[in-house]
Amino acid sequence: MTHDPLWVTFIKALVLCVVLLGAFAYMTVIERKLLGRFQHRYGPNLTGPGGWLQPIADAIKTIFKEDLVVTAADKFVLVLAPAISIVFALSAFGAIPAGPAGSLFGLNPWVMDLDIGILYIFAATSLGVYGIFLGGWAANSKYALLGSLRSSAQIISYELGLGLSVLAVIMVAGTLNLREIVETGIWSVSPWLWPGLALAFVTFVISGTAEVNRTPFDLPEAEQELVAGYLTEYSSIKWALYQMAEYVNMMTAAAFISTLFLGGYRGPAFLDAIIPGVSGWPIIWLVLKMAIFMFLFIWLKATLPRLRYDQLMRFGWLYVFEFALLAALVTGAVIAYVI
Amino acid sequence: MSVIDIAKGMGLTLGYLFKRPVTVQYPRDKIVMQARFRGRHHLLRHPDTDLEKCIGCSLCAAACPTYCIYVEAAENDPDDPVSPGERYAKIYEINMLRCIFCGFCEEACPTGAVVLGHEFELADFKYEDFVYRKEDMLVGTKGSKWQRREAEAKDKDVRLGFNADHRAELEGVDY
Repeated sequence: MTHDPLWVTFIKALVLCVVLLGAFAYMTVIERKLLGRFQHRYGPNLTGPGGWLQPIADAIKTIFKEDLVVTAADKFVLVLAPAISIVFALSAFGAIPAGPAGSLFGLNPWVMDLDIGILYIFAATSLGVYGIFLGGWAANSKYALLGSLRSSAQIISYELGLGLSVLAVIMVAGTLNLREIVETGIWSVSPWLWPGLALAFVTFVISGTAEVNRTPFDLPEAEQELVAGYLTEYSSIKWALYQMAEYVNMMTAAAFISTLFLGGYRGPAFLDAIIPGVSGWPIIWLVLKMAIFMFLFIWLKATLPRLRYDQLMRFGWLYVFEFALLAALVTGAVIAYVI
Repeated sequence: MSVIDIAKGMGLTLGYLFKRPVTVQYPRDKIVMQARFRGRHHLLRHPDTDLEKCIGCSLCAAACPTYCIYVEAAENDPDDPVSPGERYAKIYEINMLRCIFCGFCEEACPTGAVVLGHEFELADFKYEDFVYRKEDMLVGTKGSKWQRREAEAKDKDVRLGFNADHRAELEGVDY
């Protein structure tokens, strides 16, 4: 494990923020275009060549839009809440390794190499719910408060499934360090582990989708039922910050799933026979795997209707939780008695 | 909702991803209107004599469910008639904000003078500009008030956003 000097880490954090925010901007337009195609129509295609300047137009629009603040709102918390969301969304990504040590122009392609990387990401993503909850509370509106309460309940329920399904990976890899998990290659340890890991993977993807509030679990911002949930009273740039946090969370979830279950920055080894060293190309594999999950999230959004609240709770507590527990048990038993 | 149902739905949406979108790029490409589409009214003239078909009988105003038509008739000058008959419509106004485009005026008209055409781009800024007078509806007038003002200011022709098939009642109306 090599450490970078502090100032290098600082610059890398800055670059990561810029990259993530740029990726967020283009995720919005890619999502709108893909959703359009899924629904048999074009997405945005008028702003700039092929509609690709749409994020710039959106940014200018949201910045100059009238910023409404409800009279009875707690103004300080109202402004603070989206900032909390975006800060924790951005900081979670810093622990994701994007390549082996020293593979990025001699630097380590991660902001911080934590021995408790998994716990850190869980902590950061679950603190993001404070942004949602405080935003809903500070707006002093019943719709917003209901939306934020539902969001808190949902995130707590699915956090359990998330934590339990990651147990299988931790047991197989024997570490909480994300880079070491990638280097272990959990699927190559023993074929006996595959059923447990597959079950953990499925439950992790489902509860990860719920954790980042994506369809069909996007109850916090249910615009048909709760006007817009916790961001009912938000407008202009504060609203955009929430959207930003949502998309960055989505990218973190995609990167986290890829890192834990799909070998993160490592490509498939059999490709090395065609082009030597291709499986070790830094960052490219991680971005590719992330793109697959981003596509999956958008595809789900285009297809599935939103769950009703009781369905969501039932699904979370009776199925995801149970299956995640089963995955942990199966994996534990295999490790204890078979290998 | 079982896993199979979800898979079916996902497959369906994935299929649409590879199909050509059906969207009409409206302001850029013209819409093809159905022949019987009811849009803005036209007041027709007899094609051979060029006289106005409207004789100011107010039956359209009586048939109108929203009372958006106002007709005031006057006697024709026998030497220089505006319409064939004793009277003609001195004032003929339709309030486009109240009109529901039901076509009852068209049904009620004994001379087939008022016909609903294909124009639908009727957006404007002021209330008064939605009250269409004879000069806004007589045959040969193309486009809404706003479109005509815009075209005049830019010294261009009115560009209509649609293509329409021929319709027998709209004789003499040329889009």
